[in-house]
Amino acid sequence: MAKYLLLKHYRGAPASVNDVPMDQWTPEEISAHLKYMEDFASRLEETGEFVDHRALSPEGTFVRYDGEGRPPITDGPFAETKDLIAGWTVIDVETYERALELAAELSAAPGAGGKPVQEWLEVRPLLTPPPTITE
Amino acid sequence: MVDEALLRTLTPTVIGILGRRGADFAAAEDAVQEALVEAVRVWADDPPRDAKGWLVTVAWRKFLDAARADSSRRRREELVEDEPAPAPCPGEAVDDTLQLYFLCAHPSLTPASAVALTLRAVGGLTTRQIAQAYLVPEATMAQRISRAKRTVSSVRFNQPGDVATVLRVLYLVFNEGYSGDVDLAAEAIRLTRQLTAMTKHEEVAGLLALMLLHHARRPARTGPDGRLVPLAEQNRSLWDTCMIAEGVDILQAALARDRLGEFQAQAAIAALHADAPTVEETDWVQIVEWYDELVRLTDNPVARLNRAVAVGEADGPRAGLAALADLDPSLPRHTAAAAYLHERDGDPATAARLYAEAARSAPNLDERAHLTRQAARLNAQLRGGTAT
Repeated sequence: MAKYLLLKHYRGAPASVNDVPMDQWTPEEISAHLKYMEDFASRLEETGEFVDHRALSPEGTFVRYDGEGRPPITDGPFAETKDLIAGWTVIDVETYERALELAAELSAAPGAGGKPVQEWLEVRPLLTPPPTITE
Repeated sequence: MVDEALLRTLTPTVIGILGRRGADFAAAEDAVQEALVEAVRVWADDPPRDAKGWLVTVAWRKFLDAARADSSRRRREELVEDEPAPAPCPGEAVDDTLQLYFLCAHPSLTPASAVALTLRAVGGLTTRQIAQAYLVPEATMAQRISRAKRTVSSVRFNQPGDVATVLRVLYLVFNEGYSGDVDLAAEAIRLTRQLTAMTKHEEVAGLLALMLLHHARRPARTGPDGRLVPLAEQNRSLWDTCMIAEGVDILQAALARDRLGEFQAQAAIAALHADAPTVEETDWVQIVEWYDELVRLTDNPVARLNRAVAVGEADGPRAGLAALADLDPSLPRHTAAAAYLHERDGDPATAARLYAEAARSAPNLDERAHLTRQAARLNAQLRGGTAT
């Protein structure tokens, strides 16, 4: 098994096919979308492939160390950051092809007009523990 | 203090006994898991004199409770309410446990499901422990196990199985190494050792030897700072010589029967490494011969890649690079092997570039750190070279 991160972007990914901002959807369309996401996670749990599923607030702050004895320095939020992560799903699957299949399933979540959003999801392998036998 | 090792050893036997009394595998396995949980709770204050008898009694009661609760199982309940069959004689217990290995590694299961089921039903680990070891939530692992049990529910418990599928599962468990509070490598060795006591198959012995020979190096595999130490740089005085001797004995007995298989060949390579007091004294010519055998047996591209590196040691880096040139460059560790051989060939600039490239596609953090350090070492050397 290998773990993959399915990364959902607010910004930074290529435009979705059904590219209508969520605040333009009907309340029913929003509910249907959220329900699809929940069902997706439950299905993964049933197939034994679920690891984690989280959504992030779009508002974030940049923080860095500013030297001994000084408080951390903060900056932002930056409204125009190029890349903005909306959330992620971590799956544990048998093959890379299965990871792509699940990402496509997630991308099929319904959006405006009840049609699939067809947004782009980024699939990234998690690094693994080292194997015992390498030679 | 509850003897968890004893509990885990008894697990497959007790499942087998419930099976003989008429319980199907899934129900028997559930009942025994519940009995194990109860044992951990109760035994600390009140340890039984006959651990196995206790487990059989409690598991059987759990099974009957579950069967009664499930009205759709009424007919089976009538069947099993009859007086249980007498306890099996020792030979039958061995057969039951062996059948359990086959069932849990059944070819209809995906590798991950077979691993999970084997660890639970044969290894006696709890779902939580297995979930921790594989870094997934407990609910996910529970689903994986119950799906696996459904998959094998139609398999007859007494069907003969293929030992090769069992070995692949045990190899996977061993190779996962160490994470969480369960030592999977040690668990794989325990289960393989138990299997060698039940079957005389040469490859079972070969796999046990392979595991022991690798496990013997474990104290040297990580440095004091926790980082992975590659074979060539390991402090060989830290290797467990008793374990190496045991592995070599088991391997030689298997090889003497003259039915070579991939695990015996891999163990022979590990034994040759174990035999070298220093890395310089490694018998690379023999190692290449064993890789030839391994490639002939498996046609595995990873074996071909490792063979190319061994050729580089036996016949010089040019020969190694020539062997590497015949292989698909997209193979895992192909770039890392090329980097190593180019450095040996006296081309640090190419080696540094390839090490950095290999680090970017490394599948794990330790390997990435190791490859990055190699690139950094060569880059520093190159900078030093231009300065002088």
